[in-house]
Amino acid sequence: MEFKDYYQIMGVKRDASQDEIKRAYRKLARKYHPDVSRESDAEHRFKEVGEAYEVLKDPEKRAAYDQLGANWRAGQEFHPPPDWNAGFEFSGGGFTAGDASAFSDFFESLFGEHMAAGTGGARSTHRYARTHGEDHHAKVLIDLEDALHGATRTVTLHAPELDEQGRVTTRERKLNVHIPQGVKSGQHIRLANQGSPGLMGGKAGDLYLEIEFRPHPLYRVDGRDLYLDLPVAPWEAALGATVKAPTPGGTIDLKVPPGSVGGRKLRLKGRGIPGNPPGDLYVRLQVALPAADTDQAKAAYRAMERQFAFNPRSGLGV
Amino acid sequence: MIDSESQYGMLLDGESSFTLGELSRCCGVHAEFIIEMVEEGILNPLDRDPGCWRFPGPSLLLVNSALRLQRDLGVNLAGIALAFELMDEIRRLRLRLQRLDTGD
Repeated sequence: MEFKDYYQIMGVKRDASQDEIKRAYRKLARKYHPDVSRESDAEHRFKEVGEAYEVLKDPEKRAAYDQLGANWRAGQEFHPPPDWNAGFEFSGGGFTAGDASAFSDFFESLFGEHMAAGTGGARSTHRYARTHGEDHHAKVLIDLEDALHGATRTVTLHAPELDEQGRVTTRERKLNVHIPQGVKSGQHIRLANQGSPGLMGGKAGDLYLEIEFRPHPLYRVDGRDLYLDLPVAPWEAALGATVKAPTPGGTIDLKVPPGSVGGRKLRLKGRGIPGNPPGDLYVRLQVALPAADTDQAKAAYRAMERQFAFNPRSGLGV
Repeated sequence: MIDSESQYGMLLDGESSFTLGELSRCCGVHAEFIIEMVEEGILNPLDRDPGCWRFPGPSLLLVNSALRLQRDLGVNLAGIALAFELMDEIRRLRLRLQRLDTGD
C-alpha cells in the first residue's frame, strides 16, 4: 500500500489552519470537479482531493494522521504501525460522514475498520440509507465507421463492489453495446439499471456511455460533418479537373473548379455521417508540388518562372 | 463475465425525449427540482404547456450534472445555470480555436 501525503495533495503546509484547508479544498474541488474540469484525470484527482479533505477537515483524523510523522513520502510503501491510533478516540464519523470504503486502501487501513469496529453506527447508516445504486459513467472509443454503419462494441467496465467481508474489490464486467448509426462524438447512450445495484431493495443505477471517436487517418469529424484534405496538382487546381476522392461511401469523381487555390473548400452535401439531417463532407484542396528531382522537372519549373510574373508575397507588401 | 446479448441503450440525442415524470424518475429527483431548472432556464421543454412537457434527451445529463454540482460544490441553480452557459461558451471557443489551428 502506498503512503498518501494528504497535505501535498491539498497543496497546503502541514501547519495549515482549518480555514486554509477548507479554502484549498473548495478551490481544488472546483478545479477538478468531473462535470466542470477538462483535465483528463479530473475524476481521479477529485476523489483524491475529497479523500484528503475527509481526513484534514476532521481535527481528530488529522491529529491521528499527523502522528504518523512527517517523514513519509507520497508513494512510499506503507503499513500502519501497530497501535498507531492508540490514544485517539474516533467519534465514529460523527464529525465527518465519510464512507471509508469509497476511498483508497490507504485511507481505509487507517480510518475504515477502526471506525466501523468502534461504533458500527455512522458508517453503516451512511451506506445503507442510500437505496439507489450509483450511476456509472464510461467513455466508449469508436471508429468513424461504427457511426457510419452502426455497430456492436464490447465495453469493459471496472465496477467497485463489496465482498462478503465488506471490502471493496474491483469486478470486471463486459457488456455488448449497440452503437446506433449516426451517433455523434460527445453524445451519451443511457443503459438503464446497468450501474451499481441498489441496496435494500433500491433501484439500480444507470450506466452512461459517452461516445468518442478515435482519430481517423483520412477524416476529421465535427458533429456529423467530415473534413478531408485532398491533395491536387497545381494544374488540376488552376485549370480544373475531375479527380478521384475518397468518401465514406466509396471513391467518387470530384470536379475541381478551374481557378481553385489551396485551402478552397468543396462541400459534398449529405456525404458525412448519416442522420436526420445527414452531415456533409467538406473537401479542402491542398496544392501539392511535384518534386524537382530530375533535369526535366527542373526545366519545367524554370519555364514556369519565365512564363509567370508571379510574386506570391505581393499581399504582404514585399 | 460477458452478457452475450447486445444491449440497446437510449441514445440521448435531440430526437429522444422524456416526460416530466420520466425525467424525475430517471434522475431520482422530485418534479419540483426539474421545474426549478426550467424556471432558471437551464432546461428547455419542447412544449409550452407544463401538462405535456417533453424534454430533449440531453436534459438527463444536465439534471444529473446539476445534482452533482449542487452536492459537491454547493452551487445553487442560478450558479449552475451560469456555469453551464460559460462551459458551453468555452466548448464553442475551443472548437473554433481547433479549427483555426488546423486552418479550416
